[in-house]
Amino acid sequence: MIGPLRLPRRDPYAPPWRVGATPVLSTIGGSALSLLPIVAPWPALPPTGFLMLLGWRLLRPEMWQAWIGAPLGFADDVLTGRPFGTGMVLWTLCLLMIDQIDTRLLWRDYWQEWAIVAAALGYSIAGAVMLGWIGGAESSLRAMVPQYLVALMTFPLVLRLCAFLDRWRLRQ
Amino acid sequence: MLAPRAKRRPGHSRRAQLGLFVAYVAAVGAAIIGLFLIILAAVDPVGFGIVRGAATDASAPVSSVLRRGVMAVTGADDAVSAYLDAGAQNIALRRQLAAAHVRLVEARATEFENRRLRAMLKIVQPRNDVLAVARVVSSTATSDRRIATLTAGLNDGVRPGQPVRAPEGLVGRVLDTGRSASRVLLLTDETNSVPVREVRRGTPGIVTGDGTGGLDIRALGTGPMPFRRGDLLVTSGAGGLYAPGIPVAVVALVGADGARALPLARPERLDVAAVLPAYRPPLLPAPAAGAKKP
Repeated sequence: MIGPLRLPRRDPYAPPWRVGATPVLSTIGGSALSLLPIVAPWPALPPTGFLMLLGWRLLRPEMWQAWIGAPLGFADDVLTGRPFGTGMVLWTLCLLMIDQIDTRLLWRDYWQEWAIVAAALGYSIAGAVMLGWIGGAESSLRAMVPQYLVALMTFPLVLRLCAFLDRWRLRQ
Repeated sequence: MLAPRAKRRPGHSRRAQLGLFVAYVAAVGAAIIGLFLIILAAVDPVGFGIVRGAATDASAPVSSVLRRGVMAVTGADDAVSAYLDAGAQNIALRRQLAAAHVRLVEARATEFENRRLRAMLKIVQPRNDVLAVARVVSSTATSDRRIATLTAGLNDGVRPGQPVRAPEGLVGRVLDTGRSASRVLLLTDETNSVPVREVRRGTPGIVTGDGTGGLDIRALGTGPMPFRRGDLLVTSGAGGLYAPGIPVAVVALVGADGARALPLARPERLDVAAVLPAYRPPLLPAPAAGAKKP
């Protein structure tokens, strides 16, 4: 999705806290975007926290284990105002599924990546609505279609942001 | 991107195999805990409201600081378009003002008459004291729910279930509260239903959010669609919670199978809102025959 890519190597003098904390903090920062002071009449903002998670996962498959979805998903629940547990369930299961896909594919190319992102976004947006039904919400999936399309179009930008942060965190 | 797949195969090392296994067990366990939390919140909404409230308290100040700048930006396009058609608008407004003045006098007379009739019927009007006036600072912009954050909480006397209104009309009701901030379920949420009536003919109906910023109206009773475009809907007070007479929405579109309305208090323009006590319908003295209509 960002063309032929040489992943940057870690500089031996890169501070360890920056190497570890950048992906985590940037994902939480993505979730915190929904604290922006917009009172939106419809779900206008793409799920930026989840997009950051996907970006990091696709860029650096070896970096995180699937359990990272639980704490990051919980932070997303707190920040976006979804019922607690929604992000924990959806993000962790999503990472497990991508792990499974990774063991079956030898290489990933541009279109496979789009397909993974499209499926993951659909799953997470629809899943969040459906998990809301347990708590008595009566939202319909119809209202989420624009958000899904916007999120899909935003993903290349998010991946570029992840690649930029990746270069920054690994340099000296 | 032609990145090689993750090096997740642990090979023959027993320790690496075990580590991978533990990581997967942790992930599945965490997902199950998450599901458990969701179900627990559905079973015990009050207990979870307290936890949620603490989270709201922590996040509200961030949005609160940023909100003022956004209000200035949102207002800018209105200011520009007002300049562009100032002339035509001036004439139209003057005509409206003249018409409104007549109506105002009529309304004053009606109000006076109403007060006398009410006194005669000895209906005790429930007092509509405002509990708190606070800023609306943000909303769940990512989520399918339409929930806004208000900068007033338990310390200001706000409790879950109380109606919230803006000067323009009804905003929604309090969902859960923290100490200094609370979350408001907006009218446009699909879970929120408000009993309304048309302001002139009194046709009853129920408005429900449609999740995309509008409201669906259902008429109570059979027959053709009684609502027309431009009809003003106010709360009817049926079932309690919302006091009668709060403006809610204006009918925008009438189709064959339903009507759509737009909320009068537009969520994206909300600045301040007032929390009102939950309305309890008054217990009327048994009315004499013929004195049924208020």
